[in-house]
Amino acid sequence: MDLQNLFVIAIGSIFINNFIFSRFLGTCPYIGVSKQLDSAVGMGVAVTFVLTMASAVTWLSYAYFLAPNESNLFYRIFALNTPPDLSFLRTITFILVIAALVQFVEMVIQKSSPSLYKALGIYLPLITTNCVILGVALLNVEESFTFIESVVHGLSAGIGFTLALVLMAGIREKLDLADVPKAMRGVPIAFIMAGLMAIAFLGFAGLKLGQ
Amino acid sequence: MSVIQEFTKGFYRQYPVFRQILGLCPTLATSTSVENGLGMGVAATFVLICSNVIVSMIRNIVPAKIRIPIYIVVIATFVTIVDLAMAGFVPSLHKSLGIFVPLIVVNCIILGRAEAFAGKNGVGMSFIDGLGMGLGFTFALLIVGSVREILGNGTLLGIPVLGAGYEPVLLMLLPPGAFLSIGFFLGFFNWLENRRAKSQSQ
Repeated sequence: MDLQNLFVIAIGSIFINNFIFSRFLGTCPYIGVSKQLDSAVGMGVAVTFVLTMASAVTWLSYAYFLAPNESNLFYRIFALNTPPDLSFLRTITFILVIAALVQFVEMVIQKSSPSLYKALGIYLPLITTNCVILGVALLNVEESFTFIESVVHGLSAGIGFTLALVLMAGIREKLDLADVPKAMRGVPIAFIMAGLMAIAFLGFAGLKLGQ
Repeated sequence: MSVIQEFTKGFYRQYPVFRQILGLCPTLATSTSVENGLGMGVAATFVLICSNVIVSMIRNIVPAKIRIPIYIVVIATFVTIVDLAMAGFVPSLHKSLGIFVPLIVVNCIILGRAEAFAGKNGVGMSFIDGLGMGLGFTFALLIVGSVREILGNGTLLGIPVLGAGYEPVLLMLLPPGAFLSIGFFLGFFNWLENRRAKSQSQ
């Protein structure tokens, strides 16, 4: 396994292509849940967890059911002449797989760890329609990552999301005490802050990795 | 409520982007130019109208407990249609919108309208609701897209508008520009609302 390559993917998706500041995925929960530090940490952990699992599951479903190659299970089971190209079904398959996965994770956590469920429970249903999850699944396919690369990509995307969410929540808790013009209070000033943080994250674009 | 009221609420009273703060990711990501914003807006409007109509047709036969997964499948079907059609007819636009075309599936405006409106109202009204909301979304993308394209590139729809002496503010085309311009737009809409509330109370 090429560890250097995995490191490049991880640093790339945490800092350089941070999912909030440079790819604009998951902005809705980012603005919605970043009012308090506690809920930001809870949401971040829940998203990271689901992202890692979703990357693995969607990769498997793409490689073994949708992709037009030799390992396609339909090709093997039905002994077709050519591997069927079902990749046009990826959007609909991924969203269903993710929804089922989130539902399953919710049930498992509820049974096995009531305290964890209490902390993460309310965030889990929101995650199905969080575009980070589907976005990472689609990017994994587009970049033709291997299985391990996809999982690392999902995990580091989640860490990057959590980093952005926690930083923002810390700033917003302080912002409550600031004297902001009335029309800019709440969400508008959060966007201005996100813009300033995105400028800071642009600095990471100067990192040269692996080349 | 009259047809006209249903249609116009998408533009001001329940304006999806600036009033309800829904559908932000595509607004941030695809508003780098008027052309991209318009493409995204038209694609989302098409999906919104079609999913609203279908959801409204099947609203009486869908069991309440599994309605959300069913709505998502309906939406994902139309998104796949749009994705394939755009890849075939406007490949350059499809390429510049990238993964945001398939991501229309998780645009909260579309599922939000299916759940809040089309699941409870008739086909005709749902069509009008989808059209109004879709055009409101497109309009939001257009104004943010024009501001970012004019300031960031000095052009509007690719035509220079600010003269040769204008030094483009590249920042507006980069991700921070999206956050900053939407932040100021939201502030502006809040200010309008505050003023309206004040003049009504007097």
